[in-house]
Amino acid sequence: MQGLEKKIKDRASELLQSGAVDGIIGWEKGQFEYDPTPAVFTKETGLDNLCYNNFCGANLSKYLVGKITSDKKFAVLLKPCDTYSMNQLITEHRVNRSNIYIIGIGCNGHLNVEKIKAQGISGITAVSASDDHVNISTIYGDSKLAKKEILLGKCEVCRGNVHVIFDELIGEELQTPKPDDRFEMVAKLEAMTAEERFKFWQGELSRCIRCNACRNACPACTCRVCVFDNGRSGIEAKANASEFEEQMFHIIRAFHVAARCTDCGECSRVCPENIPLHLLNRKYVKDINEFYGDYQAGDIAEQRNPLVNFGDDDIEPTTVSDKGGQK
Amino acid sequence: MQEVKEFKPNIVAFCCNWCSYAGADLAGSSRLSYPAEVKIIRVPCSGRVNPMFILKAFEKGADGVIICGCHPGDCHYNTGNFYARRRMALLYSMLDFMGIEKGRTRVEWVSAAEGAKFANVMNKFTSDIIELGECVKLGDIRCKD
Amino acid sequence: MKKIALAKIDSLLEAISKDMNLFAPVDNKSTVNYAEWKSGDVAVFDKMTVRSAKDAFFPQCENMSKFSRDQDNKIIIDKLETCDKDFVVMGVRGCDIKAIAVLDKVFLSEPVDTFYAARRDHSILISLSCSKPEETCFCTTFGIDPAQPKGDVEMYIVSDYAYFNTVTAKGEKLISSLNNLLENAKDSDIDSAKVATRDIMCKLPLHDVTTDGWGAGVLEEMFNRPEWEQLSSSCIGCGTCTYVCPTCQCYDIRDYNGSNGVTRYRCWDSCMKSDFTMMAHGNNRTTQLQRFRQRFMHKLVYSPANNDGEFSCVGCGRCVAKCPVSMNIVKVIKTMGGEKL
Repeated sequence: MQGLEKKIKDRASELLQSGAVDGIIGWEKGQFEYDPTPAVFTKETGLDNLCYNNFCGANLSKYLVGKITSDKKFAVLLKPCDTYSMNQLITEHRVNRSNIYIIGIGCNGHLNVEKIKAQGISGITAVSASDDHVNISTIYGDSKLAKKEILLGKCEVCRGNVHVIFDELIGEELQTPKPDDRFEMVAKLEAMTAEERFKFWQGELSRCIRCNACRNACPACTCRVCVFDNGRSGIEAKANASEFEEQMFHIIRAFHVAARCTDCGECSRVCPENIPLHLLNRKYVKDINEFYGDYQAGDIAEQRNPLVNFGDDDIEPTTVSDKGGQK
Repeated sequence: MQEVKEFKPNIVAFCCNWCSYAGADLAGSSRLSYPAEVKIIRVPCSGRVNPMFILKAFEKGADGVIICGCHPGDCHYNTGNFYARRRMALLYSMLDFMGIEKGRTRVEWVSAAEGAKFANVMNKFTSDIIELGECVKLGDIRCKD
Repeated sequence: MKKIALAKIDSLLEAISKDMNLFAPVDNKSTVNYAEWKSGDVAVFDKMTVRSAKDAFFPQCENMSKFSRDQDNKIIIDKLETCDKDFVVMGVRGCDIKAIAVLDKVFLSEPVDTFYAARRDHSILISLSCSKPEETCFCTTFGIDPAQPKGDVEMYIVSDYAYFNTVTAKGEKLISSLNNLLENAKDSDIDSAKVATRDIMCKLPLHDVTTDGWGAGVLEEMFNRPEWEQLSSSCIGCGTCTYVCPTCQCYDIRDYNGSNGVTRYRCWDSCMKSDFTMMAHGNNRTTQLQRFRQRFMHKLVYSPANNDGEFSCVGCGRCVAKCPVSMNIVKVIKTMGGEKL
């Protein structure tokens, strides 16, 4: 990782120096090992703080949305999974491709500090990772964890080390983690009774504080004024005053990105209450695959997604609601 | 002591102007009866029905929501009901995934000539909802007190 | 000084919750949050809660009044009752105790917020001395002593025992009602634990954060600093920091139009949101830079200017731990030069 970070810094410095780009969107070193912040680097001197470590899970493609009206050119560091989101943004004309220089960077899986803390580890002062183990130093002593146990949710179901869109690649030879079956949990929920599923979601969603982090971090959520912020939409709310509003918010949030969601897992990564929000999105992905054939948002730019398309003999909604759960 | 009241469901039917809304008219003029609990909201096309409308209906106390549109292939605007079909398939599947009883939502294709079908569909749907009882899993409690 | 074995703490919680509502940090498998403790819940005292103890006094959402019409179509206004039962908030750390003092200044000065005041009057605070501060903690920056926070009762956890020291009459009443469960202990039993906590605080990575250069009187200078642009460019504009913050106190009052009337409620608002302080003419702050700056200027400049130099950050570190993009008040303070050399 250290070697890769150096390469990225060198290349970023070249790009800024030559004037090829006006800024680099990358990660800036934080207070601890685990809190790099997405940042825009416009000066070479600032690049000292550019970092690429085991905690750079954030998907930077969303940061380009705000730059669509800018006439400046930005380079952006994208991991393989992030490039799907970028492709989707290009398809939806939410970014200006000609002003973006995509640097695809290698990835061998990113870590989730929440999972480390869930093991009762606190006071973290340093983290170093090898291929399959992570050493954590804290003021209360050191511990060693298996890397697989503390990967970000999205890395557990990694879709491989292929960048679907890029202008150049750095460190693409890194091995991405071996993925688990990404629909396992959705299938497990589908197999439960309706009552059990209702309890499950009630338990999860009741923790929602409506911070909107899931929405704001989502690279598919790019509306200028969100329906939940729009006083005239009839569903604007700043808090979940009733249980129904929790359900409503999350169904609508997931529905608005259905068929456009690349399953990048940002929603669950950013949730301060650790709600598995990606399961809702993934349920839509699974249904779309089953009803209308396999579809991966963002793997090819400019493709028509299944919800703005149709077939003569699509499944009837009534068939879906009659059968429920199992298809 | 409160006496036990007969359950009168709230049913919302979104009906396409070009087919099922006329179908409802035909049912009426043919003196076919369908339950008074069904509240019809006329829409220009089943494709006009935003998934949010359905959730909104439940929020305000609906016990069942049904969408009626033109038979696939007969849409006044050619394709509106095809899009609606996909959208609603996903939404209904999601409601089921969240643990909501699967019978509370439905889509039926009813043409302007099918007055009898309209009455049948509404009778069946209403009796299904009565069997399911009041919708307690969806809905804002502030609408009920 | 009284004590109880940690293994038996549930019996104590059981006894308290029999007569009163008890708020305590409860583990719900994914996160630890303050919640009403019920028999069978696991209370956790060595982990930071996601949300703060302010929930107990200033909940995210609360109904204020109801409007409906009577048979003659006259409008009836129901004023909802304020809290009238005593309740206990247990396990409140030094940072949250200080945060309650900050909130008191806002809600208890004229005009008094009756909902908040009623809850404060009826609350019995059991403060908790930190035994395992986290790397995100920096309460000492704001002059807080996490080893001995002031509550109605002070609670200390030392090896296998929880110790209770009563401070106020309210606390005395509570503890004496639990006498049959508690054993006597010596005041000196907790001394070494206090020293240990203070030692740990000096070793924490953020112990050197300082507010030098902030406070009343630097408004103009800080407001116009060029660093805001770079800092705010990372912010995604969600409300996480404001909702997990123990001192954020902004709220919005809204009407909910139900079938049988209107419910007027208030809920937390966030200066990070695009419709914060929206007025008829539009919005005061139209860019994320302005919203971002507002939050930190409020904590570090406006608040001390209006409250005798009192900052409205208490260094609990919740925003540090929870920001989706790890942009937080510590980074703001450090970028603007507030680090001890």
